Amino acid sequence: MSGKYRKVAYYPGCALEGTGHPYNRSTRELGKALGLDLVELDNWNCCGAMEVKNVDPKLQTYLSARNLSIAESMGFDTVMAPCNGCYHNLKKAEYDLANDAASREVAGRLSHKAGHKPYEAGKVGTIHALDWIKEAIGEEGLKARVKTALKGLKIANYYGCMYTRPRHIFPEKDRGPGSESTSRPHFMDDLLAAAGAENVEYPLSTACCGGAHTLSDSDTSTRLVLNLLTTAQACGADVIATECPTCHTGLEMHQVRAEKVFGRKTTVKILYFTQLLGMALGLSARKVGVHENFSDSSDLLRARELGR
Amino acid sequence: MSEARPLSLDDVARRIDGMIAMSDEALLAAACERADELLALGEAILERWVISRGETPACGTVEGFRLLALHRQGACGDASFNACRETCRELVYRHNVVRLDPAHADAARRLRLGAMVARHLMLFIGGKLEVAGLGEFCCSARPLRRGEASRQPADTV
Repeated sequence: MSGKYRKVAYYPGCALEGTGHPYNRSTRELGKALGLDLVELDNWNCCGAMEVKNVDPKLQTYLSARNLSIAESMGFDTVMAPCNGCYHNLKKAEYDLANDAASREVAGRLSHKAGHKPYEAGKVGTIHALDWIKEAIGEEGLKARVKTALKGLKIANYYGCMYTRPRHIFPEKDRGPGSESTSRPHFMDDLLAAAGAENVEYPLSTACCGGAHTLSDSDTSTRLVLNLLTTAQACGADVIATECPTCHTGLEMHQVRAEKVFGRKTTVKILYFTQLLGMALGLSARKVGVHENFSDSSDLLRARELGR
Repeated sequence: MSEARPLSLDDVARRIDGMIAMSDEALLAAACERADELLALGEAILERWVISRGETPACGTVEGFRLLALHRQGACGDASFNACRETCRELVYRHNVVRLDPAHADAARRLRLGAMVARHLMLFIGGKLEVAGLGEFCCSARPLRRGEASRQPADTV
Protein backbone atom coordinates (compact mmCIF):
# COMPACT_ATOMS: atom_id res chain seq x y z
CA MET A 1 0.00 0.00 0.00
CA SER A 2 1.27 3.44 -0.91
CA GLY A 3 1.21 6.01 1.87
CA LYS A 4 -0.32 8.46 -0.57
CA TYR A 5 -3.97 9.39 -0.05
CA ARG A 6 -4.38 7.29 3.11
CA LYS A 7 -6.02 10.29 4.72
CA VAL A 8 -7.69 12.84 2.51
CA ALA A 9 -10.34 15.53 2.75
CA TYR A 10 -13.68 14.29 1.52
CA TYR A 11 -16.03 16.42 -0.53
CA PRO A 12 -19.23 14.39 -1.08
CA GLY A 13 -21.13 17.16 -2.86
CA CYS A 14 -24.88 17.63 -2.99
CA ALA A 15 -25.80 14.66 -5.19
CA LEU A 16 -24.24 12.21 -2.77
CA GLU A 17 -26.58 13.42 -0.07
CA GLY A 18 -29.61 12.86 -2.31
CA THR A 19 -30.07 10.57 -5.29
CA GLY A 20 -26.43 9.48 -5.11
CA HIS A 21 -26.59 8.45 -1.48
CA PRO A 22 -25.63 4.82 -2.18
CA TYR A 23 -22.42 6.15 -3.76
CA ASN A 24 -21.71 8.14 -0.59
CA ARG A 25 -22.44 5.15 1.63
CA SER A 26 -20.39 2.71 -0.44
CA THR A 27 -17.46 5.13 -0.76
CA ARG A 28 -17.29 5.60 3.00
CA GLU A 29 -17.67 1.87 3.70
CA LEU A 30 -15.07 0.99 1.10
CA GLY A 31 -12.66 3.44 2.70
CA LYS A 32 -13.26 1.93 6.13
CA ALA A 33 -12.78 -1.61 4.83
CA LEU A 34 -9.50 -0.58 3.24
CA GLY A 35 -8.25 1.30 6.30
CA LEU A 36 -8.38 4.68 4.58
CA ASP A 37 -9.44 7.87 6.34
CA LEU A 38 -11.94 10.25 4.83
CA VAL A 39 -12.38 13.55 6.65
CA GLU A 40 -15.44 15.40 5.41
CA LEU A 41 -14.94 19.10 4.68
CA ASP A 42 -16.47 21.35 7.32
CA ASN A 43 -19.34 23.49 6.12
CA TRP A 44 -18.80 22.67 2.46
CA ASN A 45 -20.95 24.23 -0.23
CA CYS A 46 -22.24 23.31 -3.69
CA CYS A 47 -19.47 23.16 -6.33
CA GLY A 48 -21.56 25.33 -8.65
CA ALA A 49 -22.71 22.32 -10.64
CA MET A 50 -24.45 22.98 -13.94
CA GLU A 51 -26.81 25.69 -12.79
CA VAL A 52 -24.31 28.24 -11.55
CA LYS A 53 -21.71 27.31 -14.14
CA ASN A 54 -24.04 28.02 -17.01
CA VAL A 55 -25.29 31.30 -15.57
CA ASP A 56 -22.08 32.70 -14.13
CA PRO A 57 -18.94 30.57 -14.56
CA LYS A 58 -16.82 32.78 -12.32
CA LEU A 59 -19.23 32.39 -9.45
CA GLN A 60 -18.94 28.64 -9.97
CA THR A 61 -15.17 28.96 -9.82
CA TYR A 62 -15.47 30.82 -6.53
CA LEU A 63 -17.87 28.25 -5.05
CA SER A 64 -15.51 25.40 -5.90
CA ALA A 65 -12.50 27.42 -4.71
CA ARG A 66 -14.17 27.94 -1.34
CA ASN A 67 -14.25 24.16 -0.86
CA LEU A 68 -10.57 23.95 -1.74
CA SER A 69 -9.90 26.76 0.70
CA ILE A 70 -11.70 24.84 3.46
CA ALA A 71 -9.58 21.77 2.74
CA GLU A 72 -6.45 23.90 3.04
CA SER A 73 -7.60 25.42 6.32
CA MET A 74 -8.19 21.90 7.65
CA GLY A 75 -4.58 21.04 6.87
CA PHE A 76 -5.12 18.94 3.75
CA ASP A 77 -3.36 19.17 0.41
CA THR A 78 -5.74 16.73 -1.29
CA VAL A 79 -9.50 16.68 -1.56
CA MET A 80 -11.32 13.63 -2.91
CA ALA A 81 -14.56 14.17 -4.82
CA PRO A 82 -16.35 11.00 -5.99
CA CYS A 83 -18.92 12.84 -8.11
CA ASN A 84 -17.74 13.52 -11.66
CA GLY A 85 -19.50 16.88 -11.66
CA CYS A 86 -17.84 18.03 -8.43
CA TYR A 87 -14.49 16.59 -9.46
CA HIS A 88 -14.70 18.38 -12.80
CA ASN A 89 -15.72 21.69 -11.24
CA LEU A 90 -13.01 21.63 -8.59
CA LYS A 91 -10.43 20.79 -11.24
CA LYS A 92 -11.79 23.57 -13.40
CA ALA A 93 -11.52 26.01 -10.49
CA GLU A 94 -7.89 24.96 -9.95
CA TYR A 95 -7.23 25.64 -13.62
CA ASP A 96 -9.15 28.92 -13.76
CA LEU A 97 -7.44 30.33 -10.69
CA ALA A 98 -4.02 29.36 -12.00
CA ASN A 99 -4.58 30.70 -15.50
CA ASP A 100 -7.21 33.41 -15.53
CA ALA A 101 -6.67 36.74 -13.79
CA ALA A 102 -10.34 37.69 -14.02
CA SER A 103 -11.35 34.50 -12.20
CA ARG A 104 -8.80 35.23 -9.48
CA GLU A 105 -10.13 38.75 -9.11
CA VAL A 106 -13.75 37.61 -8.73
CA ALA A 107 -12.84 34.76 -6.37
CA GLY A 108 -10.75 37.15 -4.26
CA ARG A 109 -13.51 39.72 -4.05
CA LEU A 110 -16.14 37.14 -3.07
CA SER A 111 -13.82 35.50 -0.54
CA HIS A 112 -13.27 38.89 1.09
CA LYS A 113 -17.02 39.51 1.16
CA ALA A 114 -17.62 36.06 2.67
CA GLY A 115 -14.92 36.68 5.26
CA HIS A 116 -12.39 34.00 4.43
CA LYS A 117 -8.92 33.92 2.94
CA PRO A 118 -8.95 33.64 -0.87
CA TYR A 119 -7.84 30.27 -2.16
CA GLU A 120 -4.45 30.30 -3.85
CA ALA A 121 -4.05 27.99 -6.81
CA GLY A 122 -1.80 25.02 -6.25
CA LYS A 123 -2.33 24.62 -2.52
CA VAL A 124 -4.80 21.74 -2.76
CA GLY A 125 -5.18 19.10 -5.45
CA THR A 126 -8.47 17.43 -6.34
CA ILE A 127 -8.65 13.70 -6.96
CA HIS A 128 -11.46 11.36 -7.94
CA ALA A 129 -12.48 8.27 -5.94
CA LEU A 130 -10.81 6.19 -8.66
CA ASP A 131 -7.47 7.98 -8.10
CA TRP A 132 -7.92 7.52 -4.37
CA ILE A 133 -8.26 3.72 -4.46
CA LYS A 134 -5.80 3.29 -7.29
CA GLU A 135 -3.05 5.26 -5.53
CA ALA A 136 -3.71 4.40 -1.90
CA ILE A 137 -4.34 0.68 -2.35
CA GLY A 138 -3.59 -0.26 -5.95
CA GLU A 139 -4.51 -3.41 -7.81
CA GLU A 140 -2.18 -5.68 -5.87
CA GLY A 141 -3.45 -4.33 -2.56
CA LEU A 142 -7.01 -4.94 -3.64
CA LYS A 143 -6.28 -8.46 -4.85
CA ALA A 144 -4.81 -9.29 -1.47
CA ARG A 145 -7.98 -8.11 0.31
CA VAL A 146 -10.64 -9.66 -1.94
CA LYS A 147 -12.89 -12.11 -0.09
CA THR A 148 -15.63 -12.71 -2.64
CA ALA A 149 -14.12 -12.26 -6.07
CA LEU A 150 -16.30 -10.76 -8.78
CA LYS A 151 -15.30 -13.79 -10.82
CA GLY A 152 -17.34 -14.26 -13.97
CA LEU A 153 -19.16 -10.97 -13.53
CA LYS A 154 -19.06 -9.19 -16.87
CA ILE A 155 -18.80 -5.46 -16.45
CA ALA A 156 -19.04 -2.55 -18.86
CA ASN A 157 -17.25 0.38 -17.25
CA TYR A 158 -18.99 3.67 -17.89
CA TYR A 159 -16.87 6.72 -17.06
CA GLY A 160 -19.25 9.34 -18.43
CA CYS A 161 -18.16 12.60 -19.90
CA MET A 162 -16.83 14.79 -17.11
CA TYR A 163 -14.11 12.55 -15.77
CA THR A 164 -11.86 13.30 -18.71
CA ARG A 165 -13.18 16.46 -20.35
CA PRO A 166 -11.96 19.02 -21.13
CA ARG A 167 -8.46 17.58 -21.20
CA HIS A 168 -6.66 20.78 -20.25
CA ILE A 169 -8.03 20.79 -16.69
CA PHE A 170 -6.52 17.35 -15.98
CA PRO A 171 -2.76 17.92 -16.33
CA GLU A 172 -1.95 14.74 -14.38
CA LYS A 173 -3.68 12.54 -16.97
CA ASP A 174 -2.11 11.32 -20.23
CA ARG A 175 1.32 11.10 -18.61
CA GLY A 176 2.12 7.65 -19.95
CA PRO A 177 2.17 4.30 -18.13
CA GLY A 178 0.45 4.39 -14.77
CA SER A 179 -1.48 7.57 -15.46
CA GLU A 180 -5.09 7.84 -16.48
CA SER A 181 -5.96 8.33 -20.14
CA THR A 182 -8.44 10.96 -21.29
CA SER A 183 -9.14 9.22 -24.57
CA ARG A 184 -9.49 5.72 -23.16
CA PRO A 185 -9.79 5.81 -19.36
CA HIS A 186 -8.96 2.58 -17.58
CA PHE A 187 -8.68 3.12 -13.79
CA MET A 188 -12.11 1.63 -13.09
CA ASP A 189 -11.35 -1.30 -15.39
CA ASP A 190 -8.05 -1.86 -13.56
CA LEU A 191 -9.62 -1.86 -10.09
CA LEU A 192 -12.58 -4.08 -10.96
CA ALA A 193 -10.31 -6.53 -12.80
CA ALA A 194 -8.19 -6.71 -9.64
CA ALA A 195 -11.37 -7.64 -7.76
CA GLY A 196 -11.91 -10.51 -10.20
CA ALA A 197 -14.39 -8.99 -12.65
CA GLU A 198 -14.28 -9.61 -16.36
CA ASN A 199 -14.35 -6.23 -18.07
CA VAL A 200 -16.02 -6.28 -21.46
CA GLU A 201 -15.00 -4.04 -24.33
CA TYR A 202 -17.36 -1.07 -24.13
CA PRO A 203 -16.99 1.45 -26.96
CA LEU A 204 -19.26 4.06 -25.34
CA SER A 205 -17.42 4.31 -22.02
CA THR A 206 -17.13 8.12 -22.20
CA ALA A 207 -20.10 8.88 -24.45
CA CYS A 208 -22.75 11.44 -23.52
CA CYS A 209 -25.74 10.22 -21.49
CA GLY A 210 -27.69 13.45 -21.97
CA GLY A 211 -27.60 13.92 -18.22
CA ALA A 212 -27.92 17.69 -18.19
CA HIS A 213 -31.04 17.53 -20.33
CA THR A 214 -32.83 14.82 -18.49
CA LEU A 215 -35.67 17.17 -17.54
CA SER A 216 -35.65 19.68 -20.39
CA ASP A 217 -35.41 17.11 -23.18
CA SER A 218 -36.18 13.77 -21.63
CA ASP A 219 -36.64 11.86 -24.88
CA THR A 220 -33.13 12.72 -26.07
CA SER A 221 -31.70 11.57 -22.76
CA THR A 222 -33.75 8.37 -22.83
CA ARG A 223 -32.60 7.54 -26.36
CA LEU A 224 -28.95 8.19 -25.49
CA VAL A 225 -29.20 6.07 -22.35
CA LEU A 226 -31.05 3.30 -24.18
CA ASN A 227 -28.18 3.12 -26.66
CA LEU A 228 -25.69 2.96 -23.77
CA LEU A 229 -27.67 0.11 -22.22
CA THR A 230 -28.25 -1.90 -25.41
CA THR A 231 -24.61 -1.50 -26.41
CA ALA A 232 -23.50 -2.75 -22.99
CA GLN A 233 -25.75 -5.75 -23.42
CA ALA A 234 -24.42 -6.35 -26.93
CA CYS A 235 -20.95 -6.35 -25.39
CA GLY A 236 -22.08 -9.13 -23.06
CA ALA A 237 -22.19 -7.07 -19.86
CA ASP A 238 -24.19 -8.18 -16.80
CA VAL A 239 -23.52 -4.87 -15.09
CA ILE A 240 -22.65 -1.31 -16.00
CA ALA A 241 -20.26 0.05 -13.38
CA THR A 242 -20.57 3.78 -12.76
CA GLU A 243 -18.48 6.41 -11.00
CA CYS A 244 -20.78 9.42 -11.20
CA PRO A 245 -24.14 9.96 -9.49
CA THR A 246 -25.57 11.90 -12.43
CA CYS A 247 -24.68 9.17 -14.91
CA HIS A 248 -25.84 6.49 -12.50
CA THR A 249 -29.21 8.07 -11.82
CA GLY A 250 -29.67 8.82 -15.52
CA LEU A 251 -28.98 5.22 -16.49
CA GLU A 252 -31.36 3.92 -13.83
CA MET A 253 -34.22 6.32 -14.48
CA HIS A 254 -34.04 6.20 -18.26
CA GLN A 255 -33.82 2.41 -18.21
CA VAL A 256 -37.29 2.50 -16.71
CA ARG A 257 -38.45 5.33 -18.96
CA ALA A 258 -37.20 3.55 -22.10
CA GLU A 259 -39.44 0.64 -21.25
CA LYS A 260 -42.44 2.81 -20.42
CA VAL A 261 -42.18 5.32 -23.24
CA PHE A 262 -40.49 3.37 -26.03
CA GLY A 263 -41.37 -0.19 -25.00
CA ARG A 264 -37.68 -1.13 -24.94
CA LYS A 265 -36.72 -3.33 -22.00
CA THR A 266 -33.09 -3.84 -21.06
CA THR A 267 -31.84 -6.10 -18.31
CA VAL A 268 -28.29 -4.95 -17.66
CA LYS A 269 -27.80 -3.92 -14.00
CA ILE A 270 -26.31 -0.64 -12.84
CA LEU A 271 -24.02 -0.48 -9.80
CA TYR A 272 -21.45 1.99 -8.51
CA PHE A 273 -17.88 0.72 -8.75
CA THR A 274 -17.55 1.36 -5.01
CA GLN A 275 -20.47 -1.00 -4.37
CA LEU A 276 -18.85 -3.70 -6.50
CA LEU A 277 -15.47 -3.30 -4.81
CA GLY A 278 -17.10 -3.24 -1.39
CA MET A 279 -18.93 -6.51 -2.04
CA ALA A 280 -15.73 -8.05 -3.38
CA LEU A 281 -14.14 -7.15 -0.03
CA GLY A 282 -16.93 -9.05 1.73
CA LEU A 283 -19.23 -6.15 2.64
CA SER A 284 -22.94 -6.86 2.50
CA ALA A 285 -25.13 -5.44 -0.25
CA ARG A 286 -26.97 -3.45 2.40
CA LYS A 287 -23.78 -2.01 3.81
CA VAL A 288 -22.83 -0.61 0.40
CA GLY A 289 -26.34 0.70 -0.20
CA VAL A 290 -27.52 -1.57 -3.00
CA HIS A 291 -31.04 -1.32 -1.54
CA GLU A 292 -30.90 2.43 -2.16
CA ASN A 293 -30.29 1.99 -5.88
CA PHE A 294 -33.27 2.45 -8.13
CA SER A 295 -32.13 -0.42 -10.32
CA ASP A 296 -32.83 -3.79 -8.69
CA SER A 297 -29.80 -6.04 -8.97
CA SER A 298 -30.74 -8.43 -6.17
CA ASP A 299 -31.29 -11.43 -8.49
CA LEU A 300 -27.91 -11.03 -10.06
CA LEU A 301 -26.14 -10.57 -6.74
CA ARG A 302 -27.88 -13.62 -5.27
CA ALA A 303 -26.94 -15.73 -8.28
CA ARG A 304 -23.32 -14.61 -7.95
CA GLU A 305 -23.35 -14.96 -4.17
CA LEU A 306 -22.24 -11.36 -3.80
CA GLY A 307 -23.02 -8.99 -0.96
CA ARG A 308 -24.48 -11.60 1.38
CA MET B 1 -20.39 11.34 -48.69
CA SER B 2 -20.79 10.54 -52.33
CA GLU B 3 -24.52 11.44 -52.39
CA ALA B 4 -25.40 14.75 -53.98
CA ARG B 5 -27.67 15.66 -51.07
CA PRO B 6 -26.69 15.02 -47.48
CA LEU B 7 -28.60 12.19 -45.86
CA SER B 8 -31.21 13.14 -43.32
CA LEU B 9 -30.75 11.83 -39.79
CA ASP B 10 -33.78 9.58 -40.36
CA ASP B 11 -32.05 8.05 -43.38
CA VAL B 12 -28.92 7.57 -41.31
CA ALA B 13 -30.91 5.97 -38.49
CA ARG B 14 -32.50 3.52 -40.92
CA ARG B 15 -29.12 2.51 -42.34
CA ILE B 16 -27.62 2.07 -38.89
CA ASP B 17 -30.55 -0.01 -37.68
CA GLY B 18 -30.26 -2.07 -40.86
CA MET B 19 -26.60 -2.76 -40.22
CA ILE B 20 -27.20 -3.74 -36.60
CA ALA B 21 -29.95 -6.15 -37.67
CA MET B 22 -27.83 -7.85 -40.36
CA SER B 23 -26.72 -11.42 -39.90
CA ASP B 24 -23.05 -12.12 -39.27
CA GLU B 25 -22.82 -13.67 -42.72
CA ALA B 26 -24.20 -10.58 -44.42
CA LEU B 27 -21.83 -8.30 -42.50
CA LEU B 28 -18.82 -10.49 -43.21
CA ALA B 29 -19.66 -10.80 -46.90
CA ALA B 30 -18.70 -7.16 -47.39
CA ALA B 31 -16.91 -6.23 -44.18
CA CYS B 32 -14.68 -3.53 -45.71
CA GLU B 33 -17.59 -1.88 -47.48
CA ARG B 34 -19.59 -1.89 -44.25
CA ALA B 35 -16.66 -0.37 -42.37
CA ASP B 36 -16.48 2.39 -45.00
CA GLU B 37 -20.22 2.86 -44.72
CA LEU B 38 -19.88 3.41 -40.98
CA LEU B 39 -17.48 6.25 -41.59
CA ALA B 40 -19.71 7.68 -44.32
CA LEU B 41 -22.69 7.61 -41.99
CA GLY B 42 -20.66 9.38 -39.31
CA GLU B 43 -19.74 12.04 -41.86
CA ALA B 44 -23.37 12.41 -42.91
CA ILE B 45 -24.34 12.97 -39.27
CA LEU B 46 -21.74 15.68 -38.72
CA GLU B 47 -22.63 17.30 -42.05
CA ARG B 48 -26.14 17.90 -40.69
CA TRP B 49 -24.68 19.78 -37.74
CA VAL B 50 -22.32 21.86 -39.86
CA ILE B 51 -25.06 22.72 -42.35
CA SER B 52 -27.42 23.68 -39.55
CA ARG B 53 -24.84 26.31 -38.53
CA GLY B 54 -24.89 27.76 -42.04
CA GLU B 55 -21.48 26.42 -42.99
CA THR B 56 -20.25 24.26 -45.83
CA PRO B 57 -19.04 20.86 -44.62
CA ALA B 58 -15.27 20.45 -44.80
CA CYS B 59 -13.88 18.28 -47.59
CA GLY B 60 -10.39 17.89 -46.12
CA THR B 61 -9.13 15.40 -43.59
CA VAL B 62 -7.59 15.35 -40.13
CA GLU B 63 -5.24 12.45 -39.44
CA GLY B 64 -6.46 11.02 -42.75
CA PHE B 65 -10.16 11.07 -41.93
CA ARG B 66 -12.83 13.48 -43.11
CA LEU B 67 -14.95 12.52 -40.12
CA LEU B 68 -12.34 14.04 -37.80
CA ALA B 69 -12.11 17.16 -39.98
CA LEU B 70 -15.87 17.56 -39.73
CA HIS B 71 -15.69 17.11 -35.97
CA ARG B 72 -13.05 19.82 -35.75
CA GLN B 73 -15.21 22.09 -37.89
CA GLY B 74 -18.30 21.35 -35.80
CA ALA B 75 -16.48 21.97 -32.54
CA CYS B 76 -15.16 25.36 -33.63
CA GLY B 77 -16.76 27.89 -31.27
CA ASP B 78 -18.86 25.22 -29.57
CA ALA B 79 -16.86 23.54 -26.85
CA SER B 80 -19.73 21.25 -25.88
CA PHE B 81 -19.08 19.44 -29.16
CA ASN B 82 -16.23 17.90 -27.23
CA ALA B 83 -18.83 15.43 -26.00
CA CYS B 84 -18.70 13.51 -29.26
CA ARG B 85 -14.95 13.67 -29.84
CA GLU B 86 -14.28 10.18 -28.51
CA THR B 87 -17.36 8.83 -30.27
CA CYS B 88 -15.94 10.02 -33.60
CA ARG B 89 -12.51 8.61 -32.81
CA GLU B 90 -14.08 5.32 -31.72
CA LEU B 91 -15.85 5.14 -35.07
CA VAL B 92 -12.54 5.64 -36.87
CA TYR B 93 -10.96 2.97 -34.67
CA ARG B 94 -13.77 0.49 -35.43
CA HIS B 95 -13.40 1.20 -39.13
CA ASN B 96 -9.65 0.64 -39.03
CA VAL B 97 -9.83 -2.57 -37.02
CA VAL B 98 -12.29 -4.14 -39.45
CA ARG B 99 -10.35 -2.87 -42.45
CA LEU B 100 -7.15 -4.34 -41.04
CA ASP B 101 -8.56 -7.86 -40.84
CA PRO B 102 -11.98 -8.10 -42.50
CA ALA B 103 -12.02 -11.89 -42.22
CA HIS B 104 -11.43 -11.89 -38.46
CA ALA B 105 -13.82 -14.11 -36.49
CA ASP B 106 -14.93 -11.03 -34.55
CA ALA B 107 -15.39 -8.74 -37.54
CA ALA B 108 -19.19 -8.94 -37.60
CA ARG B 109 -19.38 -8.05 -33.92
CA ARG B 110 -16.94 -5.21 -34.43
CA LEU B 111 -19.10 -3.81 -37.20
CA ARG B 112 -22.26 -4.15 -35.14
CA LEU B 113 -20.68 -2.35 -32.18
CA GLY B 114 -19.38 0.27 -34.61
CA ALA B 115 -22.95 0.80 -35.80
CA MET B 116 -24.01 1.32 -32.19
CA VAL B 117 -21.31 3.92 -31.81
CA ALA B 118 -22.58 5.62 -34.98
CA ARG B 119 -26.06 5.53 -33.53
CA HIS B 120 -24.83 7.31 -30.41
CA LEU B 121 -23.28 10.01 -32.57
CA MET B 122 -26.55 10.34 -34.46
CA LEU B 123 -28.55 10.61 -31.22
CA PHE B 124 -26.16 13.19 -29.80
CA ILE B 125 -26.24 15.36 -32.91
CA GLY B 126 -30.00 14.88 -33.20
CA GLY B 127 -30.29 16.07 -29.60
CA LYS B 128 -28.05 19.06 -30.27
CA LEU B 129 -30.11 20.02 -33.29
CA GLU B 130 -33.10 20.24 -30.96
CA VAL B 131 -31.32 21.71 -27.93
CA ALA B 132 -28.00 23.20 -28.92
CA GLY B 133 -26.81 23.24 -25.33
CA LEU B 134 -26.67 19.44 -25.05
CA GLY B 135 -23.25 18.70 -23.60
CA GLU B 136 -22.70 22.20 -22.23
CA PHE B 137 -22.64 21.19 -18.60
CA CYS B 138 -20.46 18.24 -19.10
CA CYS B 139 -17.59 19.02 -21.35
CA SER B 140 -17.14 22.60 -22.15
CA ALA B 141 -15.55 24.76 -19.43
CA ARG B 142 -17.05 27.36 -21.74
CA PRO B 143 -15.62 30.73 -20.84
CA LEU B 144 -11.96 29.82 -20.95
CA ARG B 145 -12.27 27.82 -24.11
CA ARG B 146 -14.18 30.52 -25.91
CA GLY B 147 -12.16 33.43 -24.70
CA GLU B 148 -15.14 34.89 -22.93
CA ALA B 149 -13.36 35.40 -19.65
CA SER B 150 -12.12 38.87 -20.46
CA ARG B 151 -15.52 39.94 -21.80
CA GLN B 152 -17.41 38.96 -18.66
CA PRO B 153 -18.66 42.10 -16.86
CA ALA B 154 -16.73 42.47 -13.61
CA ASP B 155 -19.83 43.06 -11.55
CA THR B 156 -21.87 40.06 -12.51
CA VAL B 157 -21.48 38.39 -9.15
